[in-house]
Amino acid sequence: MEAAVLTDRFPRTQVLPSQDMPTYQVAGEDLLETVRFLRDAQGFDLLADLCGIDWKDRTPRFGVVIHLLSTTNKEYVRLHIGAVHDAVPSVSSLHPGANWHEREAFDMFGIRFDGHPDPRRILMWDAYPYHPLRKDFPLAGIEVPLPAADVAEVTGQTVEPAPMMGGPFVSPGGKMSEGEPSALDQSWNEEKPKA
Amino acid sequence: MKTTKEISLGDIAARAEELRGENMTLNMGPSHPATHGVLRLSLELDGDKVIKCDPVIGYLHRGDEKIAENMTYNQFVPYTDRLDYLAPLANNVAYAIAVEKLAGLKMPERCEAIRVVCCEMARISSHLLGLGVYAMDTGAWTVFMYTFNEREKLYTLFEELTGARFTTSYTRIGGLTRDLPEGWLKKVEVFCDGVLKVIDDVDKLLTRNGIFLERTEGVAPISKELALAYGLTGPNLRASGVGFDLRKDKPYSGYEKYDFDVPVGTKGDCFDRYLVRMEEVRQSVRILRQACKSMPGGAWYAEDAKKIFLPPKAKIMTKMEELIQNFMIVTEGPQIPAGEVYFEAENPKGSLGFYVVSNGGGVPYRLRIRGPSFVSLSILPVIVPGNYLTDIASILGSLDFVMGECDR
Repeated sequence: MEAAVLTDRFPRTQVLPSQDMPTYQVAGEDLLETVRFLRDAQGFDLLADLCGIDWKDRTPRFGVVIHLLSTTNKEYVRLHIGAVHDAVPSVSSLHPGANWHEREAFDMFGIRFDGHPDPRRILMWDAYPYHPLRKDFPLAGIEVPLPAADVAEVTGQTVEPAPMMGGPFVSPGGKMSEGEPSALDQSWNEEKPKA
Repeated sequence: MKTTKEISLGDIAARAEELRGENMTLNMGPSHPATHGVLRLSLELDGDKVIKCDPVIGYLHRGDEKIAENMTYNQFVPYTDRLDYLAPLANNVAYAIAVEKLAGLKMPERCEAIRVVCCEMARISSHLLGLGVYAMDTGAWTVFMYTFNEREKLYTLFEELTGARFTTSYTRIGGLTRDLPEGWLKKVEVFCDGVLKVIDDVDKLLTRNGIFLERTEGVAPISKELALAYGLTGPNLRASGVGFDLRKDKPYSGYEKYDFDVPVGTKGDCFDRYLVRMEEVRQSVRILRQACKSMPGGAWYAEDAKKIFLPPKAKIMTKMEELIQNFMIVTEGPQIPAGEVYFEAENPKGSLGFYVVSNGGGVPYRLRIRGPSFVSLSILPVIVPGNYLTDIASILGSLDFVMGECDR
């Protein structure tokens, strides 16, 4: 599919640079029509994936990424949608398979999907107060009440953060300098054994 | 004097309506043998007919995507073992290829061929278990014993290759942990002969077995349109008549070099899903045989993967540059350029997708895992209602899901 096919039809759509598949930034208002057009006219018949993402310092902060697959033309397309006011239109009326993916994005990031038929949490329990994949949520978790209130009443238990002592279980990683790592002291190596 | 009372059909209908009890809500799972792990189905029953099914998932949620953002790329490899824990080798390969695509690395031929062997062995292992427990769910014990025996032989081979039977963690970004052991491919070829015999036995036990046919034929058919709408992939999609296979249609890791067929079903019922898996094992054996015969020599890791793949151990121990290289990669993580990539691999359960967003450096900014089991289960509210409670075991078994990958 040529990029112009989409940008001519939806002038608000921008082409984003990408190394693996055509990628577009789609405005929330155009999303349903874009996905419908891609499905009915361009053969993108399978919604491969839909996920949320926390961009931390961008506005809008949250985004949704949709990967569509055409089983006939054997190609992918990626759509980026910014969640203005943390909300995005639901595409589950066009691809019923998006239903669970959208519930997960809501559960993990708190992105609302307008027009979703069943907006519940999916992986965490219904009364869970946070959205764990947000960048400001700690890895270990935050203490919250037990989902089973009757058990908590008797035992006084809570859901505790994961123990992080005895680690490190995480690694901050980092960026290496552009130059090749090298030993400053070259007086000793195999070719030149130390006297 | 006899009196007769005429009973009209309307009376009978009214009486039946009177006798109708309340609908019953039944929780199946989270620990029920037919739910293969910790899946809970919240069912509404009319007698023993299901009228509503609401799957409740998340019991095995470990936050893998959150964990991935907090560690280097190579440290995440063991976590991929625990996604579809019935085919860890295939998960390792899918993850490695996704990150390598982002880094723009091209693997040498030997590495690609070894990865194909790994993927196909994982597929056979997963399908052997899938078929065995499926037969057990529908009441046939023997098949399980046959397939598990064969699976055990596979695990011995995995152990020799990777050092672990179950949690293999075999790939690294830019290559593998080690080369093939000597004489290992010969053993794989011996295994190939054995597994075909067992698949033939399973065929004889099940494919024309009256009880098995009663339990599977025509049960929960998924039409082509429904399968596509719900985004089913892998054997479940192909059983519904869509001949889409990433190994053929989006070849990766050199799959285009091998000659194999893609089985496609017609009706999309439980029986078709069973048949597709049976045939996939045979096709995997075909690929394995070709790969064993044509295994290329040469490097088994990308030699140009500076700052990504650890230098060979012998050089680390003797050369200063390599020692520093090793230290830097382990502490800072493999250096992956900024960008985003989405890669799906044809895993035994369907397409396992990784969406990696990187800002550069050794840690992903976001790692999204698209588990095929998550998608396969999302279709349950549509296909289960209208079936009897006993059919649920048959439907769940035929979808062949695994909760480790669904809940992540």
